[in-house]
Amino acid sequence: MISVRDIHKAFGKVRAVRGVSFDAPDGKITGLLGPNGAGKSTTLRILYTVLEPDAGTAHVDGIDVVSDQLAARKRLGALPHGSGLYPHLTARENIEYFARLCRVDKAEIPDRIAEIVRLLEIEDFADRRTKGFSHGQRTKVALARSLVHDPRNIILDEPTSGLDVMATRSLRELILKLRNEGRCVLFSSHIMQEVAALCDDICIIAHGRVAIDDSIDGIRERTGCEDIEDAFVEAIQLVEPA
Amino acid sequence: MGTTFTVFIKEVVDNIRDRRTLMSALLMGPIFGPLLFAFVINLSIERSLENAEQTLELPVIGAQRAPNLVSFLRSRNIDAVGGPADLDAAMEAVKTGEHDVILVIPEDFAEQLAGMTPALVRIVSDQANRDADRDARRLRGAVRDYGQLLSGLRIVARGVNPRALQAINIDEVDVSTPSGRSAILLGMMSYFFIFASLMGGMYLAIDTTAGERERGSLEPLLSLPVTRSQLIFGKIAATCLFMALSMLLSLTAFYFALGFMPLEQLGMTPNFGVPVVLATFLIFLPFVLLGSALMTLVASFTKSYREAQTWLSVVLLAPTLPILVVSILMLRPRTEFMFIPSLSQHLLLVDMVKNEPINALHVAISVLSTLFIGIVLTLLCARLYRREGLLG
Repeated sequence: MISVRDIHKAFGKVRAVRGVSFDAPDGKITGLLGPNGAGKSTTLRILYTVLEPDAGTAHVDGIDVVSDQLAARKRLGALPHGSGLYPHLTARENIEYFARLCRVDKAEIPDRIAEIVRLLEIEDFADRRTKGFSHGQRTKVALARSLVHDPRNIILDEPTSGLDVMATRSLRELILKLRNEGRCVLFSSHIMQEVAALCDDICIIAHGRVAIDDSIDGIRERTGCEDIEDAFVEAIQLVEPA
Repeated sequence: MGTTFTVFIKEVVDNIRDRRTLMSALLMGPIFGPLLFAFVINLSIERSLENAEQTLELPVIGAQRAPNLVSFLRSRNIDAVGGPADLDAAMEAVKTGEHDVILVIPEDFAEQLAGMTPALVRIVSDQANRDADRDARRLRGAVRDYGQLLSGLRIVARGVNPRALQAINIDEVDVSTPSGRSAILLGMMSYFFIFASLMGGMYLAIDTTAGERERGSLEPLLSLPVTRSQLIFGKIAATCLFMALSMLLSLTAFYFALGFMPLEQLGMTPNFGVPVVLATFLIFLPFVLLGSALMTLVASFTKSYREAQTWLSVVLLAPTLPILVVSILMLRPRTEFMFIPSLSQHLLLVDMVKNEPINALHVAISVLSTLFIGIVLTLLCARLYRREGLLG
């Protein structure tokens, strides 16, 4: 369960996030939707604690992400945008490195990795060095890496960008599986169709503010647009630029 | 501790598998340096030995006017050969580099000599050309000796003891030992060791920040339940390991390279046996921590791998500065110098190579002060690793 209350973040004069609030409950997929530069990544980066908000609070399972970073990170699995792997390590070693850093019980690591390798269908290339992996393979391994410590809350920053149809489809299935296990999944995208197809709740943000936070039907109703893309464009108009 | 060790092991494995980088770090720095050093020294020794023995072919204008001078020169291994037509042609020939040195004997040479006027000869050379300058000096010395011989004969003819011309006799007593003389030359080694160790850790130091960022693995790493200090300490430890390895290789390479250098011919016997090699390694070891932290620190401010490489090449040069200043000013080792990293290691190495007693206080100050600065820089790195700006 992730909750964000009125967070602000500026980089110099650029006010990237200007008061974003939303909740991402357990057992649900929450989509953070917005055009490029809307503040999606900044919001997520604050959640997975690599940035600190200038104002406002954010909690993961009730743990403050600013005052208790380590405890919050323990409950989080994050897939930052454009996540890279260590090219000289095999996929399995990449995952194992993160497992060790997350202090997964040493005796359990092989089983845990085997399980995650199966879940993400990366058996075929698990023991190859990741140099030269396709974008889809890299994304899968990076995701496996961030799930290895069995986090209850999962943050994915534009996980499908650059993936082909097949890879996108299997990633979607995985996200659904994670949700059905009762986890809290929060993911960002700038593609309305994708979010609509997958998410239980959608939080549309633009210019660093929340435009609409509702279910897909709720958004259709409030914007008066039947077409989801029109609804998205309409929603963005609700926010004044900074 | 466990986490730091995990990071350390991963960095070591990662770096070992990166063959090309490893080769350049572990071969270029430590092996190439001594080889180059040995090559240059061999070449300069051979050249200096060659020059003294070699016959100098000297174009002389008007050789027929001074047959005695020409035969005197021949006894000094300087053979007169035909030269350009006149003084202007001679100057032109030297300018264009056709000849290095030309001796011009003017028409009235014999006349002046007979008339007891100082007889004029001209030596045309380009003194900016070091090779030519050496030949010119040799010729000048020979001509001066010939002049002295003549004056001696003149004085004898007047019944005066030629020794009256020599009012003072200088006897130079050189207290330098063969080991001491080698220190001047081999003092350069200390920089090679520092350079090799920095090279050995450079890529890892860059990888800690700029490399991880460029690869996109920094953010995932920082979002793990691990403190930044644990990460940075593991990374710096791995950097230290490769730096130490690279330095050890460099020391070993030097140890063997010295065997191929004809240093005895220059009157040098450097004291660089196995015990000194080991002692040098231990004395330079604290510098490894300092260098590793310094490189990591500098790299953490850069935006990209390339930029980091540019800045780190400056870091590679920085340790030469104190060594250079002290060498140029010819300063003797002093206690306060031992507080300056790189310089203190250099001075201690020079003392060992000279086979002089090592001051225990100097060693203690050098080790402790270098370690202290290294620790401060490491903590600074850990602090900076917490900066948001790190994400770029």
